[in-house]
Amino acid sequence: MLLFIAFPLVSVVLQSVHTPHEAVLVTVETCGPFGCSQETAIDQDATSALRTSEPLGRFVGFDIYLDRAHLAVGEVKEAWAVADNWDGFFDAIGNLPFYRAMAFTLTFTFTVTPILIIFGLMIALGVNALSEKIKGVVIFVSLLPMIVTPLIGSLILFWMIDSRGILGNAIQWLAADPDLSLKASTILTWVMLIVYGVWHSAPFAFVVFYAGLQTLPMDQIESARIDGASRWQQVRYVIVPHLMPLITFVALIQLMDNFRVFEPIVGFNAEAHATSLSWIIFNDLGGETRQLSAAATSSMLTIFGVAILLSPVLWRTWQDFKGKS
Amino acid sequence: MYLKNIALASAVAIMASTAAHACNISARVSVVGNEFPAIQTVGAGAQACSGGDVSTNLTADHQKINVAGMSGNPAEYTSAIIANSSIVALMNNDVIRPLDDLVAKHGKDLKKNQLITINGKVMAVAFMANAQHLVYRDDVLKKIGMEPPKTYENMLAAAEKIRTAGIMQNPVGGAYKAGWNLAQEFNNMFLGYGGSHFKDGSAQPNVNSEAGVNALNMMKALSAYMNPDFLTHDSNATNAEFRAGNVAIMNMWGSRAATLVDVDGVSAEVKNGMNIAGPMTVGGGNTPASTLWWDGWTVAKNVSDAEAEATFIAMMNGIDPSILKDEEIRKQAVWLIDGYSPTDAARGVFAAAQASTIPYPMLPYMGLLHTALGAELSDFMQGKESAEQALSDVEAAYIAAAKEKGFL
Repeated sequence: MLLFIAFPLVSVVLQSVHTPHEAVLVTVETCGPFGCSQETAIDQDATSALRTSEPLGRFVGFDIYLDRAHLAVGEVKEAWAVADNWDGFFDAIGNLPFYRAMAFTLTFTFTVTPILIIFGLMIALGVNALSEKIKGVVIFVSLLPMIVTPLIGSLILFWMIDSRGILGNAIQWLAADPDLSLKASTILTWVMLIVYGVWHSAPFAFVVFYAGLQTLPMDQIESARIDGASRWQQVRYVIVPHLMPLITFVALIQLMDNFRVFEPIVGFNAEAHATSLSWIIFNDLGGETRQLSAAATSSMLTIFGVAILLSPVLWRTWQDFKGKS
Repeated sequence: MYLKNIALASAVAIMASTAAHACNISARVSVVGNEFPAIQTVGAGAQACSGGDVSTNLTADHQKINVAGMSGNPAEYTSAIIANSSIVALMNNDVIRPLDDLVAKHGKDLKKNQLITINGKVMAVAFMANAQHLVYRDDVLKKIGMEPPKTYENMLAAAEKIRTAGIMQNPVGGAYKAGWNLAQEFNNMFLGYGGSHFKDGSAQPNVNSEAGVNALNMMKALSAYMNPDFLTHDSNATNAEFRAGNVAIMNMWGSRAATLVDVDGVSAEVKNGMNIAGPMTVGGGNTPASTLWWDGWTVAKNVSDAEAEATFIAMMNGIDPSILKDEEIRKQAVWLIDGYSPTDAARGVFAAAQASTIPYPMLPYMGLLHTALGAELSDFMQGKESAEQALSDVEAAYIAAAKEKGFL
């Protein structure tokens, strides 16, 4: 526990309150195929001296947490002061990277999680009612979306929904609009990502619920039938209450997973329309910039986000636990 | 005649084999770099060396992994193939070594202009030049009776004509994928309008200016003639559109344009119609709306001297003048290698150099501005906000990042 959870966490916390030293810049002559010019560069000797004396960098406290790329406290205050109405305020907030990412992440989390639980339950009930002969095959096919690597799965769908792809073309035909493009519209991109999220995670819910269905108390179902309960009433009053601990479990895992939505955004090239905290971390770390402190801060914010998101479920589980003992 | 051919063939074979034999190394070599054809050639040349294990990792994501892969001690990558933009990240993190001693020992044949000298020290060896320039369909432009456009305003006019003539619905191609590509197209247009990215000699951003607004408006105007998915199209996807015959005019990298139609499945119409011209200007300016680039290789700092020497020898073999004997390789790039004579495919990049196109800025904080541009401009391209708002967002995002990294 100490090695795998506590130490990395401490390192991320430390990184998020430190930034690199002030860069020592010098003007140097740079020559290449296109001639020589005076360019600004980093003075490596001076910088490495600074680094050896203080390896962690500058201590900046919560500066990074509050800057524009994260909680953007100054910008939010200004937006509040300037905006005449709620619309203007939300427009200004939606322009800040953190809040824009949160808007998509929360929408994604709170649509995908309930839908995938309902779908998973429906598939599980359907498969459970099948004859033994074809069950194995159906279970295997239903699990496929989860087996496909998320990045590959989203890339395959990305090409299929291209305006020249098979699904994209079909949708254009259905909507009778030859210029319709899923990738060019923010709303449609969100819908596409949500559909993908459900497609990818529903098998997980299915397999958990299916296992749960094997432990159904048959005597209760039988007595419900004798009392004249319809199929729907059996599901509503016997099966769902029986599966409730599993539903809580799936909700817990999926809330956490969906809050960290990442692969579909990369796979669908959707960063113009939808970003998430995980994507921001990836973007800060990659490329030529390598903003370690910004990435560490986003990681901390993700951890806080997950904690807040899970607190009601965890609270309930704790209450149940206390009630039982 | 028959005998003569055999004699010639064996002479060539001997020459080729001596070139391969000449490269003997005694330590590990590991190369990371971009994946376009010319770099594949250099990587294959390095792998021809015997005596040590030579591995290459050539991928479009090279910039995401090269600094991390060279920061460890010993470094995973002994060499990174980089361009004038990406060498800055390696310099900032101090992960590449000066090459003066190795150049003196093994690189006497290198030309002076191949040596990238920073503060008097050779930090990289350049092997090719690159620029974005016009790629167009001759046959389509003939149909509408227009010359290849020399300005972006003409490109818009041509696009309108092609659309009204019903030849193509979206005739303009552009690598406008949100992120690095979109920011690069902005850089081109911004420099074309006479903008400069930073206030004189400082790290203060200067993109929220008249040139910036003009550049964005021109990009928006062009995007009206692009595939509606343009914000997801990088250069690979844009080239695919051109190959499929959906695009007639585009601003494309020289390194990709030369071999653009040399793949299976491209129709004869596209193959014969494809042509290359210099970069376009914009807004009545004289500076082309493009940037000049060089590509070269470096040697990692955190590797043993033996590995550094092996890497240098292997990379020298990758850019050996003998590779230019192959006509296919010769047209892959504008090689800076001794003995290169320009092919037809090189005239776009040469025109760019002659029209005094500005080299991409080699500044320690340019990467941060590039990233900020890539993240914040897509809202404007989608029509969600004004050009001024988008550019002020860019500056705010850049300032936050530059403060964190200690530049402001």
